[in-house]
Amino acid sequence: MAAWTDISGIIQKIADSSAEEVTAAYIETIGKSRINGFTTVWDEAINVAREIDAKGHAGPLAGVPIAIKENISTKGLSTTCSSKILQGYVPPYDAHVIERLKEAGAVILGKTNMDEFAMGTSTESSCYGPTFNPWDMDRVPGGSSGGSAAVVAAGEAPVSLGSDTGGSVRCPAAFCGVVGLKPTYGCISRYGLISYANSLEQIGPLATNVADIATIMDVVAGYDHRDSTSINRENTYSDALKDDVKGMKIGVPDEYFGEGIDKDVEKSVWDAIGKFEDMGATYEKVSMPHTKYALASYYIIAMSEASSNLARFDGTRYGLRTEGENWHVMASKTRAEGFGTEVKRRILLGTYALSAGYHDKYYLKALKVRTLVKQDFDKALANVDVLMAPTMPTPAFKIGEKIEDPLSLYLADVNTVPVNLAGVPSISVPCGFAGDMPVGLQIIGKHFDENTIIKAAYSFEQNTDHNSRRPPEVA
Amino acid sequence: MVYENPDGVRIGLEVHVQLNKLNTKLFCGCSTNYHDSEPNTHVCPVCLGLPGSLPVINEKAVEFAIKIGLALNCNIVEQTQFHRKNYYYPDLPKGFQTTQYDFPIAGEGKIVIEGEDGERVIRITRAHMEEDPGRLQHMGSIDKSKGTLINYNRSGMTLIEIVSEPDMRSPKEARRYLDKLRSILDYLDVFDGDLEGAMRVDANVSVYMGERVEVKNISSFKGAERALLYEIMRQKNHIRRGGEITLETRHFDEARGVTLSMRTKETENDYRYFPEPDLVPLRVADWVPEVLKTLPELPDAKRDRFIKEYGIIDMHARALTTEIKVANFYEEVASKVDPKAAAVWVADILKGELNYRDLNVDAFTVEDIVSVIELVTSNKITEQSGVEIIRAVLDNGGKPQDIVKEKGLLKVEDDIVAKAVEEAIAENPEAVADYRAGKEKSLNFIVGKVMQKTKGRADAREAREKLLAKLDE
Repeated sequence: MAAWTDISGIIQKIADSSAEEVTAAYIETIGKSRINGFTTVWDEAINVAREIDAKGHAGPLAGVPIAIKENISTKGLSTTCSSKILQGYVPPYDAHVIERLKEAGAVILGKTNMDEFAMGTSTESSCYGPTFNPWDMDRVPGGSSGGSAAVVAAGEAPVSLGSDTGGSVRCPAAFCGVVGLKPTYGCISRYGLISYANSLEQIGPLATNVADIATIMDVVAGYDHRDSTSINRENTYSDALKDDVKGMKIGVPDEYFGEGIDKDVEKSVWDAIGKFEDMGATYEKVSMPHTKYALASYYIIAMSEASSNLARFDGTRYGLRTEGENWHVMASKTRAEGFGTEVKRRILLGTYALSAGYHDKYYLKALKVRTLVKQDFDKALANVDVLMAPTMPTPAFKIGEKIEDPLSLYLADVNTVPVNLAGVPSISVPCGFAGDMPVGLQIIGKHFDENTIIKAAYSFEQNTDHNSRRPPEVA
Repeated sequence: MVYENPDGVRIGLEVHVQLNKLNTKLFCGCSTNYHDSEPNTHVCPVCLGLPGSLPVINEKAVEFAIKIGLALNCNIVEQTQFHRKNYYYPDLPKGFQTTQYDFPIAGEGKIVIEGEDGERVIRITRAHMEEDPGRLQHMGSIDKSKGTLINYNRSGMTLIEIVSEPDMRSPKEARRYLDKLRSILDYLDVFDGDLEGAMRVDANVSVYMGERVEVKNISSFKGAERALLYEIMRQKNHIRRGGEITLETRHFDEARGVTLSMRTKETENDYRYFPEPDLVPLRVADWVPEVLKTLPELPDAKRDRFIKEYGIIDMHARALTTEIKVANFYEEVASKVDPKAAAVWVADILKGELNYRDLNVDAFTVEDIVSVIELVTSNKITEQSGVEIIRAVLDNGGKPQDIVKEKGLLKVEDDIVAKAVEEAIAENPEAVADYRAGKEKSLNFIVGKVMQKTKGRADAREAREKLLAKLDE
């Protein structure tokens, strides 16, 4: 089985052989993996593929294998957020996106590793141990959807779903040299996505190429009455797969090329912008003055929401339980034992930020900053079609390099979090290398204007060969 | 008469009303009809707070809340929003309660009650929507329990919390307030108050304008009156002994009739309220005109109309309009017989007999009370026989017409009474002579004889009148 096969290639293979054979080949590949990208391989996957063969391959994704992040609920398949506290929890229901994928005929291969409760940029804080970057086993795959990006990069799954709260799809996409989309807030139902920071996060697809991103979006995006923040708006994402950026106006925010940016990353991104000019687009520099406050605002909002979202994990109904002499002791012991260091840090900081006396100083102020950051985007995008910047200021760092220094890890999110605060869509596409590590170009669009950024990314991909290089860890 | 309120009592009430007449819960599609069901059978990922589940607001619940707000003369807010109230408890599956905070659906209203010294306005601070938690069931007693079972059937039921200003000056006024609230809610047909846990009360009490004490866990109106009487007495005694009342929360122990300290100000929870990110703010101002159209005539308006339309007295009108069922019953009766007679028979007699038996008006039919009233007003039976028929119907069943025959209650003909009077006079000359000599008691003796002769079917008052007329001839 050749790795890096796109969806159309897989559909061809299924037609030539069977969904069962294709699924079996992927499962075999996963079996040989050294990157620790999957946490669980679904033991039903082969049966599902067999049923799809029996039914005659109905649906746009009939037989297409897909990997799912550990925080997206899958009926009958363990969903733990890579946390000890959810060990043994098997959801009795499917997330909306899983329902849609199943209807489309996709085969869930299994679940992928992540930072515990999606709180991280490196996939090192998982209770299943770190995932390794297929380009360099000493380096992190990024996070928090590190497993979802790494397995696609390593050819262990053609496509995957991740979630992006502050860059968790785009960061690992950039670090692993794949494509990742964070859709507009409200574009994909969050029903079944285990919340970290509800007002910021979206589920997003990862793939080896832009066309597959559009194909997955056509299946999973759309209105769901069970998510009150879901927007009722029809769109066909694959309509945007056109090689045409003539006259497209690109804005380049100075603030996204700030202190600490890697020289090779900077060069790759400017080269990419130059390529867009060659293809007929124009660019101008834009200013987004509140960018420097975005990180603080993001972390306060995310931690505040998280402190409340994670309150339900008390050992009473599901997952880990450590007994104690009464309920409060039991719940406290369970939480002390079940949550990792970073999760505890964020719960404590979030609790503090919402406390009486500090609420206005931190939480309320963070909301005000969020509005200013949003206005930056509104103003910048009023004059240009898209914004372009490095997804991450550096290529993937070494495992263990930053995990003991949370602040330096938080700083790595500087270019991704403003997008979540504003709720706009953003895609990361491979645009070159820094040494042997991939670099991602971030293309940010207007609310619900996924099609423009997909078109830009697709055109760039058609006119460059950045994703023709394969990582050494492709099995 | 002006009520002095010698102890400076101020009572404010927080009443939780469960909108159990909605078909589904506040944030999910689970049925609300769980009262006779096995534990944990009316649950889903949303009301169990399973990871990844999201709430969706029940529109009908919002409509009911607006209706209640309007009935309590509240302002309905332009845009309402839900907040999270964060605290840990095993009956709370998400670790927070979804409630309303700074944008409650209804604010600043009032209702009128019968106070210690006439009509009294009780101001409503606000009415907001929130979800009910599950229920804990301790195996054995609460302190020696071997374990606790949790039933989440109730989890996610819609509650309306109605908060009053501290405008009540006695436990009696508090009781009147609760009765009035119940009456209004019954009129709105938004809940079944007879179901367990349909109305729960927390009280804030202070004396001599001092600090307030919150009393929780009051499960009945009678309980509220008892809890308040106890708490006022406790506070007065405490102050008399030189103590000071400080802000605290106390728990009402229904069995012992006392309040016990739960927590003081220092240990008060910080609920860390913040807007629920999973629910979007709701513009409800636009709904008001439509909901207004569905608002029924409320108790006070109905009382005034009854007085005007049926010419009945204020006391009867009040008694008839407290319960919507009784009011509807009365209006049907009043359409068939004289409304004033109907008021006497329904408000004074029937309601008394029903209360005595702890029954409600459903236990009697309009048809039967009309029969009774017609029998009395057409002079076929005595008033006393009418009461007797009502009692018989309530105790043994049957129709008034049959009971009249069975018990032989039909009044005897006039000439039979006249004949009996003549006979009694003729047969008892001594008694007649005594009466004529001024012995009033002798008259009763002769009346008794008349009743004997008519086997009790004569109206005693009528017999007496006839006898007097004859003797005075």
